[in-house]
Amino acid sequence: MADNGGGDAMIRLEKVSKWFDDFQALQDVDLTVYQGERVVICGPSGSGKSTLIRCINRLEEHESGRIVVDGIEMDDDTKHIAAIRAEIGMVFQQFNLFPHLSVLENCTLGPMKSRGLGRAEAEKLAMDYLEKVHIPEQAGKYPNHLSGGQQQRVAIARSLCMAPKIMLFDEPTSALDPEMIKEVLDVMIELAETGMTMICVTHEMGFAKTVADKMIFMDGGRIIEESPPAAFFAEPKSDRTKLFLSQILSH
Amino acid sequence: MAAMVRKKRRLHALDFIVLAAVAGLVGYVAYRVDTVLIYKWDWSAIPSYLFRWDDETATLVPNLLIKGLVTTIRISIWAMVVASIMGVVLGMARTSNRLFFRLVSWAYVGLIRNIPPVPFLFLFYFFISSQIMPLLGIDAAIRNASPETLAIAEVFFGPANLMSNFVSGLISLSMLSAAYIAEIVRAGIQAVPAGQREAGQTVGLSRFSIMRYIILPQAIERVVPPLAGQFISLIKDSSLVALISIQELTFLAMEIAISEQRFFEVWIFTGFMYFVVCYACALAFGWLEQRMGAHRR
Repeated sequence: MADNGGGDAMIRLEKVSKWFDDFQALQDVDLTVYQGERVVICGPSGSGKSTLIRCINRLEEHESGRIVVDGIEMDDDTKHIAAIRAEIGMVFQQFNLFPHLSVLENCTLGPMKSRGLGRAEAEKLAMDYLEKVHIPEQAGKYPNHLSGGQQQRVAIARSLCMAPKIMLFDEPTSALDPEMIKEVLDVMIELAETGMTMICVTHEMGFAKTVADKMIFMDGGRIIEESPPAAFFAEPKSDRTKLFLSQILSH
Repeated sequence: MAAMVRKKRRLHALDFIVLAAVAGLVGYVAYRVDTVLIYKWDWSAIPSYLFRWDDETATLVPNLLIKGLVTTIRISIWAMVVASIMGVVLGMARTSNRLFFRLVSWAYVGLIRNIPPVPFLFLFYFFISSQIMPLLGIDAAIRNASPETLAIAEVFFGPANLMSNFVSGLISLSMLSAAYIAEIVRAGIQAVPAGQREAGQTVGLSRFSIMRYIILPQAIERVVPPLAGQFISLIKDSSLVALISIQELTFLAMEIAISEQRFFEVWIFTGFMYFVVCYACALAFGWLEQRMGAHRR
């Protein structure tokens, strides 16, 4: 477990709210994530989990409250947005690989175009990370030729090539066939062991028990419960958490 | 990908009956026309307008129809290039975050698409020839050009004495086609899933880089078929610039038809020449479509 008490706050959210037209997706969300901490967020669909992590790198814009990432305030200043995005990698439910580029090119595009690396350097970096996710042999293929599990591992490698301090996972295994979930979770566990700060929206409770330092349960755009995994699974405080856990753990 | 439905490659008995009926109808109409129309077909003039014997050099040299065809191909290729550049820029502007860009592009596309091409050509040609051409200084450039430069320019833009005429037609035609290409490009851009842009943002790319390396390549790949259709339309629409005296195939065919008084022969043959060019273009795009991105699917 990360040392939460003495660690530096990597991400701080204060009273963050967001609306989609009349629907309030986030209501006064407070959250602090420390360096090296692994946070797992769960909750029913429409509870605001994805919106919450998408606000952290400005894929969604929050309407009130504060978001501070590694000391940088998230506001309308494009320099701040770019600086924060440079620190954060993200993995999506639908992978979102670039279908017109090979696996290797998917990984080198960011380093070459935004960090200004040369091709050779970027390719070496990409191959290092493709080895870390155990698919260097797929480097020359196009995303559509890979299985879902392989595609998601490429997506993880692509993010890591930007050397982020924080990784966000938005239901990374929800679009996968059951037999491929493990290969992706294994890579995520290995990543967690390197000390990466991670926020994962997932319903994989086995994974949560293995790696999480902190469990968060959301419902109706609010954080209902926030506790260490042992306490979270053994004795959830809120009835809604109990109900949710009973529904997803019963099978 | 799911198993594709196998397309049948053979005609059925019923298809042959329908084809026979259509052939019979065409034959009957031809017969009726032949009995009503008293016309003596004479194709003998056509070959001499394709090539003529030049006594000075003692060789066959291209005559009006071939010259016109070359001008048509030249103007079409250039207009495709210019209209594509304009169309991509306008199409991007249509999806811009900035209201100003969206408005400019919207106004341009709306104006061009809702005026018939002929009034547009007449009005715009007057404006180009009186305002834009002096501004571009093409006539002056031609006058001052060395023979070597002029020789190279003639390969690309045709004979020097008609070059400024050619460029006016080219600009007019490009402006017409750009509006349609802009709409095709806009549709292509909007068909790229939002997740692609988001993934680009998370790997630190600028808005420009996302457009250049992620959105546009996928958008263009998606719109190759409608773009091919637009390019073929452009070749056919190039015949409209005959109205503003650009000396391309239709303009010269009109002159021959009048001077020879052989309307049917000249126009049927001219139509055939357009057909060959357009069909070749369609085949080329069909081939391109097959090649493009096939290795990624």
